[in-house]
Amino acid sequence: MRILIVLRQVLDAEETVRVKNGVVDLESSKLVMDAMDEYGVEQAIRLREGGAAEEVVVLAIGSERVQDALRTALAMGADRAIHVVSAEMLDPLAVSKVVAQTAQEEKIELILTGGQQADWDSHALGPATAERLGWPQATWTSALEIQNGVAIGKHDGDEGSESFRVSLPLVVTTQQGLNEPRYPTVPNIMKARKKELRQETLDRYQVAPTIRVLSAEIQVKTRMRKIIDGKDASSAAAQLVEFLRNEARVIA
Amino acid sequence: MILVVAEHANGRLSKSTAEMVAAATTLKREGPIAALVLGSGVNAIANEAAQMVEQVLVADRPELAEYDAELWAAAVCQIASEGGAHTVLISGSRGGREFSPRVAVKLGAALLEDVIQLRHNEEATTAERYTYLSRVTEKIETKSPVVVITVKPGAFPAAAPTGKSAEQFDVDLELPARRIQVTGRLKEKGTRISLSEADAVVSGGRGVGNSEGFTKLVEGLADQLGAAVGATRALVDAGWRPYSEQVGQTGKTVQPKAYIALGISGAVQHLSGMNKSQYIVAINKDPDAPIFKIADCGVVGDVGQIVPALIEELKKT
Repeated sequence: MRILIVLRQVLDAEETVRVKNGVVDLESSKLVMDAMDEYGVEQAIRLREGGAAEEVVVLAIGSERVQDALRTALAMGADRAIHVVSAEMLDPLAVSKVVAQTAQEEKIELILTGGQQADWDSHALGPATAERLGWPQATWTSALEIQNGVAIGKHDGDEGSESFRVSLPLVVTTQQGLNEPRYPTVPNIMKARKKELRQETLDRYQVAPTIRVLSAEIQVKTRMRKIIDGKDASSAAAQLVEFLRNEARVIA
Repeated sequence: MILVVAEHANGRLSKSTAEMVAAATTLKREGPIAALVLGSGVNAIANEAAQMVEQVLVADRPELAEYDAELWAAAVCQIASEGGAHTVLISGSRGGREFSPRVAVKLGAALLEDVIQLRHNEEATTAERYTYLSRVTEKIETKSPVVVITVKPGAFPAAAPTGKSAEQFDVDLELPARRIQVTGRLKEKGTRISLSEADAVVSGGRGVGNSEGFTKLVEGLADQLGAAVGATRALVDAGWRPYSEQVGQTGKTVQPKAYIALGISGAVQHLSGMNKSQYIVAINKDPDAPIFKIADCGVVGDVGQIVPALIEELKKT
């Protein structure tokens, strides 16, 4: 069984977002592998280590910079990487076409993608890929095992969590709690440099974005920033009640 | 036709449905606004929906008793195609965001996710949405003739009842077999109002001390205010609180009138789930906690003393 993980490279959560000329400025910002994808890489490696999978392939679409994320995944233990070179901003539905075609070409049986992705704030990639392939999906998955071609796991919905069973092939979107991703060790980083990283051009996938970003801006809501000294608890409480009643108006 | 996929839980229509109808109205496009009600024993829900739209399409079938992404996508796609819908609106809930991409692929449509504003002019649909952990507001556009849209809960004011009752039609569906077998459900149904529907949310972080502290302070204050209860990821990871209460990047996004953060320092992942709240109140002993930067009203002090005093003060009113 072969596993494919789609990697997104996103702004480091600790970085300040900057907008330049109506677009989010990523050029001068630190980018990291989306934490959601780290869960995917880790889980795939564990499945391979446990004997449920033979090979772990990672895929990223984007500029030369995404190779950093691919190398990180290789250093964590992925077997090989595919980089689809693209300078275009592609929406999740367009990307899902690349992922689906790659899955078919590589004879993949399990695809892992991030749950809420930290750039698009999107959850569309996994389900869209599943639909293109005609596969089922398990979303926001917090536990996953594979036994004899059957995926057994737990995932989160609107009203709580569910345990599930479903036969492969399958698309899984990841969620926190799935695992604790390992850090790449220095020897593994060295080894990763020798692993296969293949480049493909975007034109072989015939994708066309259906969405255009017209503008981006950072809207900061002006906050009152009234600070109360809490040394005197009852006085602070009285001021809070006053605030909740007269400003926020959530009490009568 | 604009097709609104009605969302419902526990036998009643969710507030998100009325919000989607409001969003559909802002498009000012030709054709009726129709609601699609999927489920089993959904008569009362269909009647409720009929108060809001011009047409109600009902698929009341035992196979639809429990939600499934593939079944929902197949049903919505079939009805949208048959009705010639140019726009399909789906709730930006977990379920909605899970099956909507499948609908968009099936229909060959564009997908606008989690929108907070919508417009349509001539051949383009434009929308606004938050990206980069809700730190950026992006304006996006599509010229696709068919558009699937998920609507962020809380972003649109709920549509008022029309005062009329729309005609209801039963629809026939060809449904695929269920492939995901659900072997267990852990419904975390509390007696409290849900996070996405509450006017006020009281949330707790590490600063509440321990699980007992959470019950006493966070739940105690929520009960007093009739508010929903939220928690940070740290508390969910520690097993103090269920995942359904988590607010933030990997949990729920809320936009209440008042968000009251108790012992929460304000990591960016948490802020992304609540920074659009109308008013933010924070109580924390660390004056440098990042949460104070976005608070309208902050109290620097011990939650263990201030919250009980606040509960007492509220009891007096």
